Amino acid sequence: MSMLAAILYQIVQMLLVLALAPLLTGWVRLVKARLLGRRGPSLLQPYRDLSRLLRKEVVLAHNASWLFRSVPYMMFTAIWLAAGLVPVFTTQLALAPTADLIALIALLGSARFFLALAGMDVGTAFGGIGSSREMMIAAFAEPAMLMMVFSVAILVRSTSLAEIADFMMSGTVGLRVSLALALIALVMVAVAENARIPIDNPATHLELTMVHEAMVLEYSGRHLALVEAASMLKLLLYVALIACVFVPWGLATGSHGSVPGGLVSFVAKMAVAGAALALFETSVAKMRVFRVGEFLGGALLLSLLGAIFLYVSRGCEWWTSAMTPRISWARWCC
Amino acid sequence: MGINPAGFPALFLMTVPILILVALAAVGVAARRAPWISAAVYGGTGVVCGAAVLAAVLALAGRAPPQELLLPMGVPWIGLHLRLDALSAFFLLVVNFGGVTASLFGWGYERAHHGGHDAPPGPVLPLFPLFLAGMNLVLVAGDAFGFLVGWEAMSLASWLLVLSTHREPETPRAARLYLIMASFGAACLLLAFGLLAGPTGDYSFAAIRAHVPDDAEVALVVLLVLLGAGSKAGLVPLHVWLPLAHPAAPSHVSALMSGVMTKVAIYAMVRILFDLLGEPAWWWGGVMMAAGAVTAVMGVLYALMQDDVKRLLACSTIENIGAVVIALGLALVFKASHTPVIAALALSAGLLHVVNHSLFKTLLFYVAGAVLTATGTRDLNRLGGLIHRMPETAVLALVGASAISALPPLNGFVGEWLLFQAILNAPALPEWSLKIAIAVVGAAVALATALAAACFVRFYGTAFLGRPRSAEAGGAGEVGPAMRAGMAVPAVLCILLGVLPTPLLRLFEPAVRLMVEAGPFDDRAYQPWLWLSPTSAIGNSYNGLIMLVVIGLLSVLLVAAIHRRASDKLRRSIAWGCGFETPDPEGVAQYGASSFAQPIRRAFGGTVFHARDRVDMPEPGDLRPARLSVSWTDPAWALVFTPIGRTVDWLTQRVNGLQYMTIRRYLTLMFAALVLVLIVVAVTQR
Repeated sequence: MSMLAAILYQIVQMLLVLALAPLLTGWVRLVKARLLGRRGPSLLQPYRDLSRLLRKEVVLAHNASWLFRSVPYMMFTAIWLAAGLVPVFTTQLALAPTADLIALIALLGSARFFLALAGMDVGTAFGGIGSSREMMIAAFAEPAMLMMVFSVAILVRSTSLAEIADFMMSGTVGLRVSLALALIALVMVAVAENARIPIDNPATHLELTMVHEAMVLEYSGRHLALVEAASMLKLLLYVALIACVFVPWGLATGSHGSVPGGLVSFVAKMAVAGAALALFETSVAKMRVFRVGEFLGGALLLSLLGAIFLYVSRGCEWWTSAMTPRISWARWCC
Repeated sequence: MGINPAGFPALFLMTVPILILVALAAVGVAARRAPWISAAVYGGTGVVCGAAVLAAVLALAGRAPPQELLLPMGVPWIGLHLRLDALSAFFLLVVNFGGVTASLFGWGYERAHHGGHDAPPGPVLPLFPLFLAGMNLVLVAGDAFGFLVGWEAMSLASWLLVLSTHREPETPRAARLYLIMASFGAACLLLAFGLLAGPTGDYSFAAIRAHVPDDAEVALVVLLVLLGAGSKAGLVPLHVWLPLAHPAAPSHVSALMSGVMTKVAIYAMVRILFDLLGEPAWWWGGVMMAAGAVTAVMGVLYALMQDDVKRLLACSTIENIGAVVIALGLALVFKASHTPVIAALALSAGLLHVVNHSLFKTLLFYVAGAVLTATGTRDLNRLGGLIHRMPETAVLALVGASAISALPPLNGFVGEWLLFQAILNAPALPEWSLKIAIAVVGAAVALATALAAACFVRFYGTAFLGRPRSAEAGGAGEVGPAMRAGMAVPAVLCILLGVLPTPLLRLFEPAVRLMVEAGPFDDRAYQPWLWLSPTSAIGNSYNGLIMLVVIGLLSVLLVAAIHRRASDKLRRSIAWGCGFETPDPEGVAQYGASSFAQPIRRAFGGTVFHARDRVDMPEPGDLRPARLSVSWTDPAWALVFTPIGRTVDWLTQRVNGLQYMTIRRYLTLMFAALVLVLIVVAVTQR
C-alpha cells in the first residue's frame, strides 16, 4: 500500500460520508413513513432541506455571542473528522494512525460539549434544558461506549479502527459473549447519541419532551443547516462504526477485498441498518427523561460486564506478546 | 560528605531559591507601610521561580545523576540532607511554574483589589513566597527531617493564607478544619517516616532505602502515607477541607493550593511508595486504585453540586487527584508484577496528568479570580453573559474548560489517552481480582471524564454565556493586562502540550526510569517527538499535531464552502421565549447552575448524596410564590467525620471528670498509674 493511495482514500472517505449522510436520514424517514402507512417524502428530501436552509437568512438572538455563531462550524468539523476516521469502504486511511477509537469518542464529546455550550449562550430556558439533559445522557453514554471500546481493544489488542476491522475479518474471533454484550451496548448508545426515539424524538417540537431540538432551537439559516447536517453525519458515523467493528466483511484491506466491493457492501449495510432503526423506532414509545438513566445505565453495565469477561479470560495469551512493539504500521504515514 | 562536584551547581541552584524566597517573605512583612514592595515581592518571587524552572529543566534534560548536599543545620549531629534527582526536578518544574504564573497573576490581582473586597496585600505578601519556599524544600529534602519541616512550612503558610480572608464568615471554619486535617496528615507522615527509618536514628533517605521493614510495618507505612499525603491531596473521604479552604484564600493562592500543593502530596506518595519503601506488593496499587476511583467519581459529583465558582474548582481538583492516584496505583501494580514497561506507561500518564492539572487548574482559578475582580461574586447563579463583558478572559476560560474536560487536541485528552492505554494493558496481570477491579476502575475513569465535561459545560455556560443574572455581572469589565497574561501563559501551554506532548514526556522520562527502571518509549519508533506511540501500549498511536492541522484544514474548507454557497444575510432579533415578547431583564428565566445540575443530581445524587428536590407549590388562588428547595448530604461527613466528632465529644465528656478531683484522689490516681506502669514494664521486660 502506498501513502498516496491512503491519502486519496482518505479524501474519498471524507467526501463520501458527507454525500451519503443525508441519504441515510432520508432512508430512515422513508421506511418509517411506510411502516406507519404513509407514503413519506422522497429519499432526496434531506438534501433539499439542507440546501433550502443554506439559502435562508440567519436570525440571531440579540445577545448571541461569537461562540454561538462558531459552534455549528466547530461541531460539524469535529463530527466530520470523526466520521472520516471510521473505515467505511477501506481500512487504508491516511489518518488511521493519528487517532484511534478513544480519540474518536473524544471528538464526538467535543462536538457535544460545544453544542451544549451553544444551547446556553442565548439564555433561554429551552437551551438550558436541552444542554443539561444532553450532558446527563452523555454522562451515561460516553462511559458505556468507552467500555465497549475496552472489550474490543482487549480482544484485538489495539484501539485503532483499521486494526480492529482487520482483526475481525481475519476470522479468528469466533462468537464471543463479550462482543455480543458490547454490540448491544453500542446499539443502545447509538440510539441515545443520535437522539432517536426511546430517548429523544428528532421530529418533535414539543419543548418539554425534547433534548437535542431544545438545544438548537435558536439556530436558523446556514447555522441550522450545519447543525442538521452534523447530526445526519453522526447517524452515518454510528452505522459505519457498528458495521466496521461487528460486521466488517466487504471492507477493502491491504491484503484482500476491493474498493468498489467495499462501497457496495457499505451501502447495503447502511440500507439494512436504516431499515432496522426505522422498525425499532416505530415499535417502541419514547420514555420519560429520567428513565434514560436506567436505559443507558443498563448499557453501561452490559459493556462493563463484557469488558470484565475479557479482562479475566485474556490474561495468559497476552502475557507473552504484550511487549512486542507494534508501531511499524504507523511508519508509512508522514 | 556526598557532594558530587559535577552535579553541585544544579542542587545549589535549587537551594538558593528557597533562601531568596524566605528573604522575600521578610521583605513582604514591611509591605503594610510601602505598597510598592508588593510589586517587588511578586516580581522577585516570579523571577526566582522562573530561575528554578529553568534549573529543573536543565537538570532533567541533562539527565543529571542524583546529587546530594549535606548542610550543617537542622537537628544536631544529623544535619540537613538535600537531594536532587529526576523526580524532584520534575516536581520542582511543576511547582515553580505554578509559582511564576501565580506571581504574575497575583501582582495584577492585588493591585486590582487594593482597597477592594478581597484580601488586602498585607497578610498575603510575606506568606506567599514562604509558601513556595516550603513546597520547594519538601521537593529537595534528602531526609525525613527536611521533608517534614518543608511540609509543615507549606501547611502553615497556606493555613495563614486561608486565614487572610478572615473577614468572610466561612473562613474561620475552613481554616480550623484545614489546620486539623493538616496536623493529622503531618502526624501520619511523621509516623510513617519513623517506621521507615527504623531504630537507627538516621533519617536520611539513603538510610531509609537501606532499611528493610517487615511486612506489618510496610502495611502500616502504606496506609499512613495514603492517609497523610492523601489528606493533603484530597483523597475521599479526607477531602472535606478542600472545598472550604482552597476557595477561601485569595485566588492566586487558591490556584497554588489546588493546582500545585496537591502535587507536592503526590510527590510524597511517589517518593515513599516507589522509591523509599523498596519492592512493592500488588495490594498497595490495588488500595490506591480503589481510593482513586472513589475519589475521581465522588469529586466530580461534588463539583456538579457546587454553585460557588471556586468551590466547584476545588472539588474538581479532588476528581483530578483521583485520576492521578489511579495512574500511580496502576504503575505500582505493574511494577509489583514485574512488567516495568507498562508501569512506566502508567506512571507517565500519572505524571503527565500532574503537569496538565497544574496548568488548567491554576488557569481556571485565575479565571475565577478575574471573574471575582470584575463582578465581586463567586456565585454561579449571579453571573452570566461575561463573554460579552470580558471577551479575552472568556476565551482563556474556554481553553481551560475544554482542556479539563479532556477534549482533543488539548492536553487533558493526552493524559486521559495514556491512562486508558495503561488500563487496557491490565489483562497482562497475574492477579484475577485485580483484572476485574481494573475494568471497574476504567469505567470509573470514563464516568468521571464524562461528568467532568458536564461540570465544565455548567461552569462555563452559567458564568460566561447567557444573559447576566445580576447587576454586577451586567456591569463587569475586562481585567488588567497582568492578570490576563497570568491566564494566557497556562492556556497557551494547555494547547501546546496537547498538540506536542512527547517532548514533555521525554523530558521527564528520567524521573519515570528512576522509579520503575524502564521508560515508556521505544527509541526505534518513527519520529518519536511527533507520534505518541508508547511501546507498552497495544499497537496504538495518537498524533495531536496532525489532528489539529486536519481540523484547521477542514474548518477552512467548510467556512469557505458555506460562505460561497450560503446566504450571508443575518438579522438580529429577540430570542424565542415561549411567547414572552421581551426577555426578563434579570435573566432569571434562563437555566441556572442549580437547574443545570438537576438531571445529574437526580440520576446520580439520589443514592450517593440523598439529594432531594422539594417543590412547595401553592394552591390555586394562593398568591405566595412557589419554591424549590434542593438538599443533599455529604456522605463523608455523615459516615466518617460526624461519628468521629461525636466519639471525641463523648470521650472528652468522660475525661472531663478528672478535672474536678481532690488532692487525695489525684495522688491515688498517680500512685495507681505508677504501679500500672511498673507492672507493664515488668511483664514486657521478662
